Amino acid sequence: MRPLTDEETKTMFEKLSKYIGENIKLLVDRPDGTYCFRLQNDRVYYMSEKILKLATNISRDKLVSVGTCFGKFTKTGKFRLHITALDFLAPYAKFKVWVKPGAEQSFLYGNHVLKSGLGRITENTMQYQGVVVYSMADVPLGFGVAAKTTQECRRVDPMSIVVFHQADVGEFIRNEDTLT
Amino acid sequence: MAACSVEELLAKAEREEAEKLKSITVHKELDVEFDIGNLLACDKNRIESRDFRGQKKEDFLRSLARDNTQLLVNEIWKQPTERVEEAIVVKLPDSLTPLPREKPPPKPRPPTKWEEFAKLKGIQKKKKTNLVWDETAKEWRRRWGYKRAKDDTKEWLIEVPETADPNEDQFAKRVKAKKERVAKNEFNRLKNIARAQKIKVPGVGLTPTAQQSKDDLSKAVSVAKTSTASVGRFQDRLPKEKPPKNTGKKRKFEPLIGNFSNEKQKQLDMLKLMDSKKPKLDITKAVNKQMREEDREEAAAKYKKGAGKKGRKGNMPGKGKGKGGKGKGGKSGGGKFGGGKPVGGKFGGGKKRGKAGKH
Repeated sequence: MRPLTDEETKTMFEKLSKYIGENIKLLVDRPDGTYCFRLQNDRVYYMSEKILKLATNISRDKLVSVGTCFGKFTKTGKFRLHITALDFLAPYAKFKVWVKPGAEQSFLYGNHVLKSGLGRITENTMQYQGVVVYSMADVPLGFGVAAKTTQECRRVDPMSIVVFHQADVGEFIRNEDTLT
Repeated sequence: MAACSVEELLAKAEREEAEKLKSITVHKELDVEFDIGNLLACDKNRIESRDFRGQKKEDFLRSLARDNTQLLVNEIWKQPTERVEEAIVVKLPDSLTPLPREKPPPKPRPPTKWEEFAKLKGIQKKKKTNLVWDETAKEWRRRWGYKRAKDDTKEWLIEVPETADPNEDQFAKRVKAKKERVAKNEFNRLKNIARAQKIKVPGVGLTPTAQQSKDDLSKAVSVAKTSTASVGRFQDRLPKEKPPKNTGKKRKFEPLIGNFSNEKQKQLDMLKLMDSKKPKLDITKAVNKQMREEDREEAAAKYKKGAGKKGRKGNMPGKGKGKGGKGKGGKSGGGKFGGGKPVGGKFGGGKKRGKAGKH
């Protein structure tokens, strides 16, 4: 386990800012204690100082997970968000997409959101903007990338993709063994 | 007086004899254990603590040492003796007590590169017979070395392969190939020795290889660049040239549990910097806004037109005029999104929700 380098921090913040914008500040600077990002086994974990100190007792090769996994760095140095980060991204999300109950299951199986399944979308969403996907009952389901702007969404035919799937809570079951 | 003296003398002689006898026989409660090979005697008898008190201590220790030494000497002379140049000597048997050696045991030879590889792959040595049957000579010959079986250096004729150059000397080619193999083997042997002795293995930098890969080429470029008097400080970079990888720079990380407030401040600074680099004018957003305004105007115009004609029904033909693909839109979700007023309401609601959820 080690702190992120400047470069890694920047890569991760750039990815996070696609979803929660400047609200990252609220994750870094929390009033309820010191929280930090740590890298272990190419994965970034978000944890409190207290948990970190406890985790130092466990040797590096034995440590499977600590705190909340935000995502991992790929071999090419890109940052990929994991669904486990949803708990922290959903409250601060700037752009949201609501999915109709009928399309909910399809999204949770890892499919893109079609226009026919689109319930609501935050106004002013740009193309390729990171969005958090909610069910109509305001339950966060995952996150994706807007394939179309809000304006374009009005015009396209119902079978075209509106939100590209990135991660959904179905992964907790599908990728149970690799998700940490 | 004389008789008395004789008796006395006899008694004295007797006593002396007893004394003498006693001097070589030592009585012990428990037998002393011997390891004659190491000239070692081990006395396991109990020692009374009262023997150690006062003046008697020294005497006691001296007599104990004498007795035990006597026993050891007795034991030694039980061994077979022989005479060597006027001296009687005893040949000591092998020692029974194992003694630790003076120097640490020699380390096993570190495995060669091949041995490491063979172990990894599970390749085991196969024992081959030394002699093989030579069909041409009709006799058993050694597998290799002088007068070996199937000796290809002794062939008087070599067929030129079809693909080969006809003017090439096949004999010379064979000799050259053999020399290359020998040289390569020798080089590998030296590399193994160097690795075993933790000397910097030659061939780490740039050694000639059969085929140079792209990596080798980029390595060669970086080596050539730094081979100036100023260690490449004033060398220009080629356009599109990537910085050399793995130039021996070690990565350094912050401590795991360091200064948390410092770390936080650093991250906040980074966020501020990232924020400042964003363009103030978001073109996409501006375009979207413009488009939305136009949409609204259009919708308003349509509504006005429709209202002037026939009220609500008039909306439909107006929509038909607008854009293609309305047939589809009319069927499903398009009715909600594509149309005039209800859509706005829907989306407006969405926006409100979004804002509310933001905290």
